[in-house]
Amino acid sequence: MEGANDSAVKESCHCGGCNSSGNGKFLNETPMLDQLESGPWPSFISGFKELAERTQKPMLRGVLDQLEYSYNTKMGYWKGGLVTVDGYGAGIITRYSMIKDKFPEAAEFHTMRIQPAPGLHYNTAMLRELCDTWEKYGSGIITLHGQTGDIMLQGIEQDKVQECFDELNQKGWDLGGAGAGMRTGVSCIGQARCDNACYDNLKLHLDALKYFSGRVHRPEWNYKLKFKFSGCPNDCTNAIMRSDLAVIGTWRDAIAIDHDEVKAWIAEKGVDALVNNVINHCPTKAITLKEGGIQIDTGDCVRCMHCINAMSKALSPGKEKGIALLMGGKNTLKVGVNMGSLIVPFMKMETDEDREAFLELIEEIIDWWDDAGLDHERIGETIERVGLKQFLDGVGIEYDINQISRPRDNPYFKAKY
Amino acid sequence: MSSQERTWKTIESGPHTYEEALHPVVRKNYGKWKYHEIPKPGVLKHVAESGDTIWTVRAGTPRQDTIDKVRQLCDVADKYSDGFLRFTVRNNVEFLTPNGENVEPMIAELESLGFPVGGTGMCVSAVSHTQGWLHCDIPATDASGVVKSMMDTVYNEFKDMQMPNKVRLSTSCCSINCGGQADIAVVVKHTRPPRINHEHLVKTCELPKAVARCPVAAIRPTVVDGKKSLMVDEAKCICCGACFGACPAMEINHPEHSKFAVWVGGKNSNARSKPSTMSLVAHNLPNNPPRWPEVTEVVGRILTAYKAGGRPWERIGEWINRIGWKRFFEETGLQFDDNMIDSYRHARTTFNQSAHIRF
Ligand code: HEM
Ligand code: HEM
Ligand code: SF4
Ligand code: SF4
Ligand code: SF4
Ligand code: SF4
Repeated sequence: MEGANDSAVKESCHCGGCNSSGNGKFLNETPMLDQLESGPWPSFISGFKELAERTQKPMLRGVLDQLEYSYNTKMGYWKGGLVTVDGYGAGIITRYSMIKDKFPEAAEFHTMRIQPAPGLHYNTAMLRELCDTWEKYGSGIITLHGQTGDIMLQGIEQDKVQECFDELNQKGWDLGGAGAGMRTGVSCIGQARCDNACYDNLKLHLDALKYFSGRVHRPEWNYKLKFKFSGCPNDCTNAIMRSDLAVIGTWRDAIAIDHDEVKAWIAEKGVDALVNNVINHCPTKAITLKEGGIQIDTGDCVRCMHCINAMSKALSPGKEKGIALLMGGKNTLKVGVNMGSLIVPFMKMETDEDREAFLELIEEIIDWWDDAGLDHERIGETIERVGLKQFLDGVGIEYDINQISRPRDNPYFKAKY
Repeated sequence: MSSQERTWKTIESGPHTYEEALHPVVRKNYGKWKYHEIPKPGVLKHVAESGDTIWTVRAGTPRQDTIDKVRQLCDVADKYSDGFLRFTVRNNVEFLTPNGENVEPMIAELESLGFPVGGTGMCVSAVSHTQGWLHCDIPATDASGVVKSMMDTVYNEFKDMQMPNKVRLSTSCCSINCGGQADIAVVVKHTRPPRINHEHLVKTCELPKAVARCPVAAIRPTVVDGKKSLMVDEAKCICCGACFGACPAMEINHPEHSKFAVWVGGKNSNARSKPSTMSLVAHNLPNNPPRWPEVTEVVGRILTAYKAGGRPWERIGEWINRIGWKRFFEETGLQFDDNMIDSYRHARTTFNQSAHIRF
């Protein structure tokens, strides 16, 4: 395999025989890319070059050459295609070079999207196994992590994809989503470490993505559908903006206040800080100064998290915890940015039954979208087109005043008479 | 291919399981954490109801990693955090250890390996970014290179906690904006309608798909050299690049006319104000590899003004809501222009529907 590549290089490489060029180094000159090796932030180019010099993989040399070429021409040179593993219709992002005559070593540079553990937790044994398999079959370039939430193993040739997948699959790894199907989920660190987490998002993520596994691997919907699971309204996974199904931890009762810790906080930081940095920032003026401490009117609190962030030791989410479901977040293409909007204000999420009830609801939502949606239409766009009311009726979700920020401001509707 | 020789039967297992990836102290106190502190930049201290403590050391990575770099991180984890590590959604790596005495040696080792320790609290954290020329099939620029250039200039802001609040950055190499809404986002903006490669189009394009992709119905069927093709009404076209994703013959990318725009005020968290989308504050910046100095200069101006004028806990968008857009442009020295007046759907929601005026 490598021998074949070497001869191809000697015949057609732009530099006239890479192995014999320059100062005996494996890599060709990349003056543009080299400028990204200076400066204090860790350099991906230095990383690539070190890897290439150590492993002597021709694909790495080709990719660096093509990237250098892009930096000069200011154009990209990859085109898509179709590579899959047995039984799957998604998960491999196919890349063929459009200029493989110039850079035959980079003719193929496919990516395998691999689903990490929820919360992006690893032990070194898992990660080392992944690296070893990837060194054996692929380029050794790896992204931790893609915006999709996947581990991206970048740079493999088609004829090695199946074997590489089989070896990874035996070690507990599976491909992520692509195309018009369920996509890889994303979770924050959640209850593993965060004192704000209001539900077990890692467990729900694992259950949900296992449940929808077939539809991750065989996409057949109108368009993509993404879950993101944030443990609390701080929404560290950017779920509301970046996912069709944003599962946000929240609570229903009062914020838990440890009044002694409030006093300790004030003693350390002062009343000015309490007023300026906590009370004044409450979006609904729910907090008042009282007898040298604070009082929170739970009826006014919208559970935004600010005061809890500012006073982590003194304040915490209440006891009656669960999730809120927002739907329809997506970026620009093509109707403009849309934040997800609230669909279900509260669901308990403690037991397996709670998680099953949640997944049943999602099934019904997807069924509705399958019927009502148009090709290439994200679920938020479908809801906007047909109407929130029609969506809620269609799926059988109860109306709730929390679904809107205010009642309508126009009279154009037809009520029953 | 070798499918008939396959002996392994695929297990559609979905995400990797996580329990074995959690430190025993994490497993023991799962869901029972009481509070946290940030004793110094790059270090978190979480205390559980049981009284157990776990220390986290956080460091920046290039995101675009290699197996060699990942193995280095594994070595650090084996040495100092009992073989456990994780990543944040902004590509920082975290090592969790119950042993407080491991924190300082771990910081020293990470720094000596070139991984900057920081990214906590009121800092400029690492950039959420995209693929670019290295791997995407539609990019107008590289993403990792822009990020490297930008992070070199905000290295100190990453490592300390001197900003009014967290600053989230993102970059994207097309207007689809995979990088997402952020306090400051650097996104490609095409300035010229696609050039149609008719020869290519006949072979590769599903015409109705490309027509349907256009948000302003600027694409029309036509006939070129006796073959069905497409044409673009250039007066209507808003240079979004959506059609290029559906049809590679709609060549939107251009070395000179694909520019950069800078957006501010995106916020994903619900803390204080509701999540917000970004506003355009600079555009027509050149796509200038390998260091994109014009882009990093604009980002630097915004950060400097925000650092000087933001109050504690105000995110960039919240700071601007207080001081107003007029002062934002004055204090950053950026130029407001007519292209920043929205002309797309729901544009009126961005107009000033009040007599609130700033002089
Ligand atoms: C001969 C026919 C009509 C006459 C003489 C007439 C006259 C008027 C007058 C004098 C006003 C008040 C303008 C003002 O605010 O100072 C008005 C308002 C209005 N008319 Fe007509 N109109 C006629 C037909 C129609 C028709 C056919 C429609 C709708 C299909 C219509 C819709 C309205 C509406 C919506 C307003 C309120 C506009 C606003 O408040 O901004 N009118 N009309
Ligand atoms: C090959 C035939 C056609 C194609 C490919 C086509 C394509 C499109 C596209 C892509 C849009 C923009 C949709 C959007 O804004 O998201 C549109 C809008 C529209 N089309 Fe067509 N169209 C076709 C035929 C027709 C015909 C025959 C009519 C009327 C008799 C028509 C009437 C309209 C109207 C009124 C709109 C604007 C809809 C609105 O603003 O809400 N189209 N068309
Ligand atoms: S979203 Fe909330 S629970 Fe999750 S990591 Fe962020 S602050 Fe913690
Ligand atoms: S959580 Fe937010 S809304 Fe509720 S009291 Fe605290 S600051 Fe106010
Ligand atoms: S932002 Fe656009 S060009 Fe960049 S990775 Fe995403 S789709 Fe590709
Ligand atoms: S660039 Fe956008 S607006 Fe222009 S023709 Fe293509 S899809 Fe339509």
